[in-house]
Amino acid sequence: MNTVSDDPRIVSVSGRAMTLRGDDIDTDQILPSRYLKAITFRGMEAHVFADNREAARLRQRRHAVDDPRFAGASILLVNRNFGCGSSREHAPQGLRRFGFQAIVGVSFGEIFAGNCVSVGMPCVQASDSVVSIMQRINEAAPSTRFTIDLAMLTVSAGNESFPVTLAEGRRRQFLDGTWDPTSVLLGAGDAIEQTLTTLSLAASAT
Amino acid sequence: MGQTLYEKVFDRHIVREVTAGQYQLAADLHFLNEVSSPQAFEALRERGLRVRHPGRTFGSADHSISTGGDPLDFVDPMAAEQVEAMGRNMAAFGLTYFDPSRGEHGIVHVVAPERGLTQPGMVIVCGDSHTSTHGAFGAIAFGIGTSQVRDVLASQTLLMEKLKVRRVEITGRLAPGVYAKDVALHVIHVLGAKGGVGFAYEFGGAVVDGFSMEERMTLCNLAIEGGARCGYVNPDQTTYDYLRGRDHAPQGAAWDEAMTAWEQVRSDRDAAYDDVVVLRGEDIQPMVTWGVSPDQSVPVGGAVPDPTAISGQEQGPTRDVLDFMGLRPAAPIAGTRIDVAFIGSCTNGRVSDFEAVADQLRGRGLRVAPHVRALAVPGSRRVREALIAKGIDKVLIEAGFDFRDTGCSLCCGMNADSLKGQETCASSSNRNFRGRQGSPTGRTMLMSPVMVAAAAIAGEVTDARRFFAQPTEPGAKS
Ligand code: SF4
Repeated sequence: MNTVSDDPRIVSVSGRAMTLRGDDIDTDQILPSRYLKAITFRGMEAHVFADNREAARLRQRRHAVDDPRFAGASILLVNRNFGCGSSREHAPQGLRRFGFQAIVGVSFGEIFAGNCVSVGMPCVQASDSVVSIMQRINEAAPSTRFTIDLAMLTVSAGNESFPVTLAEGRRRQFLDGTWDPTSVLLGAGDAIEQTLTTLSLAASAT
Repeated sequence: MGQTLYEKVFDRHIVREVTAGQYQLAADLHFLNEVSSPQAFEALRERGLRVRHPGRTFGSADHSISTGGDPLDFVDPMAAEQVEAMGRNMAAFGLTYFDPSRGEHGIVHVVAPERGLTQPGMVIVCGDSHTSTHGAFGAIAFGIGTSQVRDVLASQTLLMEKLKVRRVEITGRLAPGVYAKDVALHVIHVLGAKGGVGFAYEFGGAVVDGFSMEERMTLCNLAIEGGARCGYVNPDQTTYDYLRGRDHAPQGAAWDEAMTAWEQVRSDRDAAYDDVVVLRGEDIQPMVTWGVSPDQSVPVGGAVPDPTAISGQEQGPTRDVLDFMGLRPAAPIAGTRIDVAFIGSCTNGRVSDFEAVADQLRGRGLRVAPHVRALAVPGSRRVREALIAKGIDKVLIEAGFDFRDTGCSLCCGMNADSLKGQETCASSSNRNFRGRQGSPTGRTMLMSPVMVAAAAIAGEVTDARRFFAQPTEPGAKS
């Protein structure tokens, strides 16, 4: 899903939300290893949280992504350290293809948050108490419309508005439409080779 | 004020600052594996792009390769497809491939250093978290996602923010029976699995200075499990001695030039660090993980936590983890029954790891417990060949280990070597996340290779120092 639409700028994301509670939900849980073998990201959405969903089913419970109240959600509300663990990009790809366009959480795994940038899915941070309030609003009334405004750095839910944060570099990438890095990088042209030739003797490796 | 190695290497590789704090960084080397590269190649083709620096791009199939004899004998058609795609892509784009059909393969973090590709002062990237391993040579090496793999293929550069640098110093010396793996697990235990987020870890101090390159690789490999994107050790004579004469190491006059350059990238004596942590080598014990995060560990003489003794938010999660692991609250970790033992992975799959195990087993008549399945999986074909040349394969086989071909194997359970059901595995690998070893309910206990060997034979977690000190056969001397 690295397609660049006509206007790649991402200024805001609006839609219904889905609350997924829990700290330290790692990328192995978001997308279990056995699905990493596919040589394409197509169809990855079917496998998000596969093991956790199965475990919930066995206990006669329902995982959030199987809960019809949250169907069609485009914003995921998570807690601490979401996406920690392995660097697999299948995790953000799966979530993005599932339909999420942004994630709000207390904190995120470093590599995961970076990978989310390159699929055009901002991970914005809010305080513990703000996330709890948003999750409560969402669970009490799943049809509530959430809007993440990257220009103002706010999330609104119904009539309420909350402050969120996002590293400035990343925020600019979304606002300027430069989150698709390949074209930005190729824009450097010969400067790349100039840097490489001034470097050590790495080239002797070849 | 002086600079750290991290700052020097980072600065030299900056092509330009793209936005405030976001740099376009050039990579000297790019390693590929079969898991994170196919989609990147797919994206390249879609956009009609070529690989910008084929000579700096190297690949090895490791995650799903078969270790049962024929590396290309896949039980899983998806794994077959992945490795086939790898071969096709490497050939189509003209890249160097450590081809399994020619027996050149292995875990890329083992293969690249042993061939002398990994060198001080480099920026090295790979679509795999444990790329931090290469930091052992004084390189800045880190894992990237598939989009970045695509970017590096297309441009030999990527976007990066500068990390802070924390110096982690291990002073004094280690007690016998305490290994680099224990140092790493101890560091992660003390600083937390997230303690290093936003940092590069510079490892130093007398213990690290005294480490071999293979021990340094074990330590840097686990930097990522402490949350640090990369970890490194300043290059020194140990580094140069290891590199000299290897396939891709500079030769002749180029070697002397390289040495001079490498000496200059070392952190300056008066370098400023964002944080310094000093730990005493004497305080480190053989470590075992009891949970599902690499910081959930105890010394082998310790006990698993007692949730009732924990107040507040951690109580519930700790109870869940103990349930998942099938452990009783407050039980001593020693005595935990195991079903599977695994020695291998990019953490502990090098010659010295198996050598340390063989030194404990040789001539003792020790046998793997009847209920335990024990796998010894060399980190590369070259490691395997070296082990055979030293007769270490025989020692392992006589003790009842299944001495297999190379690959990631049971570290990630992506080939036929995986846990079944709720099996508990004593593992020399690096991750104990739920489901990591191929079974969603499988249980992983991380420890050093020698501790894994002791557990394999005892059938349960045990203190290898005491276990191997006992005479085991009538008349046997230890
Ligand atoms: S051995 Fe394990 S950690 Fe290392 S590259 Fe393979 S799967 Fe990853």
